[in-house]
Amino acid sequence: MTEKNSLLTVENLTVDFHSAAGAFRAVNDVSFHVEQGETLVILGESGSGKSVSASAVMGLIDTPPGEIVSGRVTYRGTDVTRMSEERRMAFNGSKVAVIFQDPLSHLNPVYTIGWQLDEVYEVHGKAKGAEARRRSIEVLRRVGIPDPETRVDWYPHQFSGGQRQRIMIGMAIALGPELLIADEPTTALDVSVQAQILDLLKELQREEGLAIVMITHDLEVAANMADRVIVMNAGEIVEQGRARDVFAAPQHDYTRRLMSALPDESSYADHGIAKTAEPILQVRDLSKTFTLSPGLLRAPKSLRAVDSVSFDLRAGETLGIVGESGSGKSTIAKMLLRLTNATSGEALFHGNDIFEMDRAALLKFRRRVQMVFQDPFSSMNPRMSVFSIISEPWQIHPDILEKSRWRARVGELLEMVGLKPEHADRFPHQFSGGQRQRIAIARALACDPELIVCDEAVSALDVSIQMQIIELLAELRDRLGLAYIFITHDLPIVRNFADRILVMQAGQVVEMQQTEAIFRRPEQPYTRMLIEASPKPKWEQPKRIPA
Amino acid sequence: MFTYVFRRSTQSMAAVVALLVLVFFLARLTGDPAYLYLPLDSTEAQRQAFNELNGFDDPIYIQFFRYLGDLAQLDFGTALSRNRPAMEVTLEAFPETLKLATIAMALALFAAAVVGSLAAARPGGVFDRLATTISLAGASAPDFWVAIVAILVFAVSLGLLPTSGTGSALHWIMPIGVLMLRPFGLLTQVVRGSMMGVLSQPYIKTARAKGVARRRIIFVHALRNALLPVITVAGDLMASLVNGAVVVETIFGWPGIGKLMIDAIVRRDFALIQSTVLVTAVAIFVMNIVIDLIYAAVDPRIRHQQT
Repeated sequence: MTEKNSLLTVENLTVDFHSAAGAFRAVNDVSFHVEQGETLVILGESGSGKSVSASAVMGLIDTPPGEIVSGRVTYRGTDVTRMSEERRMAFNGSKVAVIFQDPLSHLNPVYTIGWQLDEVYEVHGKAKGAEARRRSIEVLRRVGIPDPETRVDWYPHQFSGGQRQRIMIGMAIALGPELLIADEPTTALDVSVQAQILDLLKELQREEGLAIVMITHDLEVAANMADRVIVMNAGEIVEQGRARDVFAAPQHDYTRRLMSALPDESSYADHGIAKTAEPILQVRDLSKTFTLSPGLLRAPKSLRAVDSVSFDLRAGETLGIVGESGSGKSTIAKMLLRLTNATSGEALFHGNDIFEMDRAALLKFRRRVQMVFQDPFSSMNPRMSVFSIISEPWQIHPDILEKSRWRARVGELLEMVGLKPEHADRFPHQFSGGQRQRIAIARALACDPELIVCDEAVSALDVSIQMQIIELLAELRDRLGLAYIFITHDLPIVRNFADRILVMQAGQVVEMQQTEAIFRRPEQPYTRMLIEASPKPKWEQPKRIPA
Repeated sequence: MFTYVFRRSTQSMAAVVALLVLVFFLARLTGDPAYLYLPLDSTEAQRQAFNELNGFDDPIYIQFFRYLGDLAQLDFGTALSRNRPAMEVTLEAFPETLKLATIAMALALFAAAVVGSLAAARPGGVFDRLATTISLAGASAPDFWVAIVAILVFAVSLGLLPTSGTGSALHWIMPIGVLMLRPFGLLTQVVRGSMMGVLSQPYIKTARAKGVARRRIIFVHALRNALLPVITVAGDLMASLVNGAVVVETIFGWPGIGKLMIDAIVRRDFALIQSTVLVTAVAIFVMNIVIDLIYAAVDPRIRHQQT
């Protein structure tokens, strides 16, 4: 399978990471090749070892704790895993460049982007001073940074997420490398920005004949970019082939499981809620204005994060609130739980305004409404056992359950969310992300709530796990008659789950409709953009003639 | 930036005034100065006359208001022990301390940045273990002991350096060496810890992927980020050097403000106590503002929060 004149060849690569607990095999006997000008996608979930082979190419594996046990990585016939420090420095950035997932943390915060770009030319001896700066500005223009002459002197924190990724791309292509490794380049970005970045990568590839190795866990992104696909699981390649073949007819069980996790367009939610039921929650003209603290030369500014939002929610109903970052969707969640106060408007829970409640009423209210947060890693106290995490609400509301029944009930709740009663004595770090989110749901259920607010509850999870959690939520809804407010930036994911969807942009409601109506007949351009921004498979895109 | 400095200055002024009030009353708790300034066999009448002359016989609140009135006219009183204006004496001694502190601090900071960075580059290596041992020893050694041992070794036994006083360049070596020991030790530890955190940051990986040389990554990409927590600690240490080099100044007979302050307290020279406290307090407040400005200069994110 390996061709003699491939651009990059990885042969039987095995990498271990050593720790006090012993050696961990991150990649096991992995072989693949990359041809000039093509896009190879390495697809896998977190922990599948998909980034490790790329790090090996760039010499970014720290040894120790890493160890390349066996195998070779050759670039145009030269083994790059055994390079001297000097040859490595000359190689990195000029022959092969890399962009990463989170552009903010991958740019040095204390230097201007111009400084960081100039450096690429300077350390490789291509240009100096004014000439390097001229070329930096040129590259910024190339990757679509507006007004590059001014912005070249800005710092990373002054740019938006999409612009930062453009800057990273600019830094990567500055010296005209032949191979670009893109490690989850769009995972931290909003869908509309993701589409722009993917388009930019394709454009650069067309114009420069760049080969791209794209590492991702996102099936849609993979299908959108790939000529060929490698699917990795637990450090091994389980399947590889032409993208179209792998997506159309996955051979391996794991690939099939991954593919089935994609939200299905044909099935849709209909679990028959009583349309006549009294709303449990009525939100009227809810608004939140943040006052930004005045700077030295700046008058105090106010930011309207949420602007006159109104909706009703009936018992057992699921409302999806969808919007990109900064749309105000999480602020709504915080206000509904009164974690922050509203600037104006009201939210009536069974007819009582949440913002008028006194301490006692608020305590009662918080029993009925629970929240599940985005990050199951940081939203749980690492020093509390699962038992204490789930039973804590019963200490706060002693009338729910007498102490002798706590252990039995924790066991029941754990079984309800698909875990085992004996997990009660473990600690959060012993669980995977999906399992932790199950624990978070069990904790929310401990109070017998009527309404659970899920704020990006599945965004931090792998795709196949995302669908499992959503299925669990749907099952609990049908069993316990729960209502949900499900906040997400990912519109397709709520298609099978939400009854109605409310689309937000810049603090305002853009559109609110029944779920199927929104997918079939989006009324607003913004909603249409959100739906269409999900990347389309490459084989369904119109062919472009190379320039 | 102007508004910021102005706001900080007014806040600091309030603190300085509060401090002066405290010092005024505390100083007068040390006892009757007449017993110290007049001969042992002086009579009650002589002491009475001395106190009347200096205004010490008035009720304490009258003295306090007179002090405030004088302050408003920038009259800081007379140093009884030297029979000269208190502020004049203080401002003569202060630059000596400031020079000593600045040089010691600059050297300590520079050495700590280099040693701490190199130690963090290979944690657990030979250089790291050596640096950790030395810096811990430096941070924990009591300066009065080090000063005396240094005099014994370098001045008395080897005769290489003068024991104390000022004059030649050689006179600077021991006071600076002893003074920088503790800051060097502490700062090396801070630089090392902070550097290790920074070196595991994603943007260091970016620099490696760009093909930047290892030394440049450490001293250019990482060091500026790693310095942020160091500046805070260095500021605290500098403050303690500016007012607290008392022991070292006394041992080496350095005519600085620390030694002057001790003399003033021992001799119940109220005006001198007050003026030395005022000068060091103002110096420390100015330094705090300067540190904030340095912080903003090093980290653009802070700069943009303010401007």
